[in-house]
Amino acid sequence: MIPNYLMIVPESVGLSVLIIIGGIICVFLLLYFGRIPAHRAIKTISYSVRNGMRMTAKSVLLAEKWLVQRNREVLLAAGKEAVERTIEREFHRVNSVVKRDLSGYPELQRMIADQIVNIEEDYRESSEVLPPAPDWVKAVDAVAKISTRSDSTIVRILESIHKTVNDQFKAAMQAYRQSMTERHGLLSKMTPYWRKLAATLEKVGRTITGLQERATVIDKKMEEYEAIRSGADEAERVLTSSSLTQFFISGFVLLIATGGAIINFNLIALPMSEMVGGGSYIGAFQTSHVAALVIILVELAMGLYLMESLRITKLFPIIGSMDDKLRIKMLWITFLILLILAGVESALAFMRDMIAMDMQALRQTLANSEVIRPANSWIPTVGQMVMGFILPFALTFVAIPLESFIHSFRTVMGVVLVLVLRWLAFILRLIGNIVLNLGNLTINLYDFLIVPFLWIENLMQKKPKAEKLHSQEESA
Amino acid sequence: MKKRLFIIPLLLLFAVTFSSCSESGSHSRGVYMLLDTSGTYAQELGKAQSIINYLLGTLNPGDSLAVGRIDTASFSEKDIVAKVTFDNRPSVANGQKRSFKEKIDQFVASVKPSQYTDIAGGVLQAVEYLNETGAGNKHILIFSDLEQDLVKGYVRDFTIQMDGIDVVALNVTKLRSDNVDPRKYLERLDEWKGRVEKGGGSFRVINDLERLDALLTN
Repeated sequence: MIPNYLMIVPESVGLSVLIIIGGIICVFLLLYFGRIPAHRAIKTISYSVRNGMRMTAKSVLLAEKWLVQRNREVLLAAGKEAVERTIEREFHRVNSVVKRDLSGYPELQRMIADQIVNIEEDYRESSEVLPPAPDWVKAVDAVAKISTRSDSTIVRILESIHKTVNDQFKAAMQAYRQSMTERHGLLSKMTPYWRKLAATLEKVGRTITGLQERATVIDKKMEEYEAIRSGADEAERVLTSSSLTQFFISGFVLLIATGGAIINFNLIALPMSEMVGGGSYIGAFQTSHVAALVIILVELAMGLYLMESLRITKLFPIIGSMDDKLRIKMLWITFLILLILAGVESALAFMRDMIAMDMQALRQTLANSEVIRPANSWIPTVGQMVMGFILPFALTFVAIPLESFIHSFRTVMGVVLVLVLRWLAFILRLIGNIVLNLGNLTINLYDFLIVPFLWIENLMQKKPKAEKLHSQEESA
Repeated sequence: MKKRLFIIPLLLLFAVTFSSCSESGSHSRGVYMLLDTSGTYAQELGKAQSIINYLLGTLNPGDSLAVGRIDTASFSEKDIVAKVTFDNRPSVANGQKRSFKEKIDQFVASVKPSQYTDIAGGVLQAVEYLNETGAGNKHILIFSDLEQDLVKGYVRDFTIQMDGIDVVALNVTKLRSDNVDPRKYLERLDEWKGRVEKGGGSFRVINDLERLDALLTN
């Protein structure tokens, strides 16, 4: 029995089977006679697809190469700028050290010279003066040779001379001791000068050491700068790795900041409904929520401007390149706006606590329970107010990780895009090869379907050959 | 020319912002609760009070709430016990809620059972009120056994237009006769469901008053 759907001629199985077999033979014959064009078509399609894929992959790889080059340029430029900034900062530090310490160097030198002069003078004054040459020694010798035995007058005279000499000796000794004391006094007066001189020289030494350290840092950075300028692979690798680290660290800090912003939002969203109304909507969002969000975004923007004005970040070059007076004006204005916003937030936090307490009381009333005021209810109120005041300033510092994130994002995105393009090229080539092989497989399957016809064809081709060979042998 | 090009999208932005600002009505909710005060059902009003308290705790500034009674002839403004559209400021809205609760408490304490039950009249009154509020989400809560008992001559067998209104039957108690033949209870529910849906509204039944969180969800 054959299924109903194969019953082409109803109630005649034999005829149906015959028609089906005839149809199958016709199909196979068609396949056999259309073999060469079919093979050509399959080959053309598979080769076209393969070539198309290869060409696309080549284009993608070219794009990838261009992107790698571009990434390298951007990375090196960014690295160059960063090192330039560091070197600039180091030079500023050196400048400030020189200004602070070495600008007073002439004065210092004069002071040291004065001290040296003082010390020299004191030293000169303290030097020992030789007592005058004893001219009267010869007279004493002559007197000593006079005989004293015969004449009492001479004895008296000699005794008088002896007494006078003794008195003079004592006076000379006293004068000598006094001068020695004065010299010692002068020498002890020199001690503070020496100490002061030593301290001054030590200070100069410290300054010079600090400058040497800065010079070492500058040298190191200059080496980095040279490496970047020469476009060394090592410098590129270091910069890429540094960018990736920066990306993840700044991303993490931004996540923390987002948490802070969400807390801030929750702190002011409810009391904002007291200002702008709790029943009005902008699109699908409550106006109070949008207003709270706008306040936080304005705070963030002010924080960015403040950091730019302080030249901590460089997201807006126009602010950084402003005239110093104007920049400082802007700094104060943004700080003032932030201060006002912080005050507003603090007040809103207070209002939030009041509304929350009122709502709690209402819920208790609706539940027909006694209204209970929590003990020490001022603690959360003050806590919320302090948080409301601090968070805007804390959010100001988001500018720093944001700048790092933006700068490193470019590099990371570049690296990711390169990877994507490489994979895309690989997949395109793979698809091309698969299609080509599928084409070959289809050709083989095609031949497999018409194997009997091919076998007959093969036999037919062999027979004339065999007959030809046989006749050739006979004639030979 | 460039300046003008810059101004056009700015104006469009303002237009979109202000047009969306006026959308507040579409987000607000309007709730009308009908309290059946006929016969023995008046004793159930204590439960209705807790439902109203739940509503007062749930509704936001800008929403509207009204409570009307079902009595002999319910299609009347006099049957509105209390109504309020909450102020946009939460602190003022809280005060309104307290005042509303007081009114309901007074009503429940002084209510007298009515002889007849005109549910359809009450629903008609509720539809009128809700359409006037212009609320985006409209709910009619029927706190009743849904057994209508009209005075002779009162015509209520017509289709009430209630497009987009969500009707919730609450605490539909089974009558003594329902116990004898439960089909009567089911027929009552089906009849009201048919009437509401014919008018363009949707109909739900919540008998478990512990599941009030599903009360105002469409």
